[in-house]
Amino acid sequence: MTTRTVQFKIYRYDPDKDERPYMQDISVELDVKDRKLLDALTKLKAKDEGIAYRRSCREGVCGSDAMNINGKNGLACLIDIDTLKQPIILRPLPGLPVIRDLIVDMTQFFKQYHSIKPYLINNDPPPERERLQSPEEREELNGLYECILCACCSTSCPSFWWNPDKFVGPAGLLAAYRFLADTRDQATNERLDNLEDPYRLFRCHTIMNCVDVCPKGLNPTQAIGKIKDMMLARAV
Amino acid sequence: MIKRIVVGAHYGLKDWLVQRVTAVVMALYSVFLIAILLVVKPADFEAWRAVFALGAVKFATFLFALSLFYHAWIGVRDIWMDYVQPVGIRLTLHVLTLLALTGYAGWAAAILWRL
Repeated sequence: MTTRTVQFKIYRYDPDKDERPYMQDISVELDVKDRKLLDALTKLKAKDEGIAYRRSCREGVCGSDAMNINGKNGLACLIDIDTLKQPIILRPLPGLPVIRDLIVDMTQFFKQYHSIKPYLINNDPPPERERLQSPEEREELNGLYECILCACCSTSCPSFWWNPDKFVGPAGLLAAYRFLADTRDQATNERLDNLEDPYRLFRCHTIMNCVDVCPKGLNPTQAIGKIKDMMLARAV
Repeated sequence: MIKRIVVGAHYGLKDWLVQRVTAVVMALYSVFLIAILLVVKPADFEAWRAVFALGAVKFATFLFALSLFYHAWIGVRDIWMDYVQPVGIRLTLHVLTLLALTGYAGWAAAILWRL
């Protein structure tokens, strides 16, 4: 790919200056080395330094640059710019309060994450060496621990849009199952009690938007199904 | 009262399970009814009535109706929970939905056993 001009429509909102949000038309010249959407955003920022977005590692590990790209949530650093239809429409993640431009307030998202106690609970005295798991037990944690908390999934979930204060959301529930599935964890019952609620867990109606957008290819819907299976096994 | 978010109603599993079981009942009934209608091919009201006069058909239809109403209760309640935030209005809608569905269930039973 050679030098090319890429058209953008970017959601702009600065609460100090703007009465209401608006879409800004802007284009940018890209050269051969610019492959990812984040590369283009860096050039855009050089052109109009007012544009605000979060970014850090630029390689899909930190989860900072999650945004709504042509209607679908994703990480700007992982998306190949030449696969996107122009003008590329960039909006902040839906459903969370906008702080400025593409930056959203993630407080609610992290509140839900913390509500599931995302840490190992084990009251036994720590052994001399590590707490061992069999390879099969360890295998169950694959596809769960890789979550980078970018919030692409939770903010694409209508149940989270309507009840962000009560529904844990796909990211939080994936993390919840990560500890429910961990054989070293001793708080299984408390964790299930904590989730047995018409809002916290059962708002999920399995529409799988979360699976569709996850930049790490994880499957929160499957994890949620396994939580429900665990509850069922406990109840019947 | 200070406005705080309170969650932890400790129910939901039963409703989730019931919604799945009732869906299976309705699906099986649909196949059962289509099969019967294909075999009997009722052409007039008397023939229809003869089909529904059978004990097995009454039994299955009654189960279908109850499944439908229970399934609808959970579905409609979920809609109120998603879109109606004030607790008072939501409770009112829950009660009205329950009353209507209970009435429909009685009505459905009355119609079935009149045939």
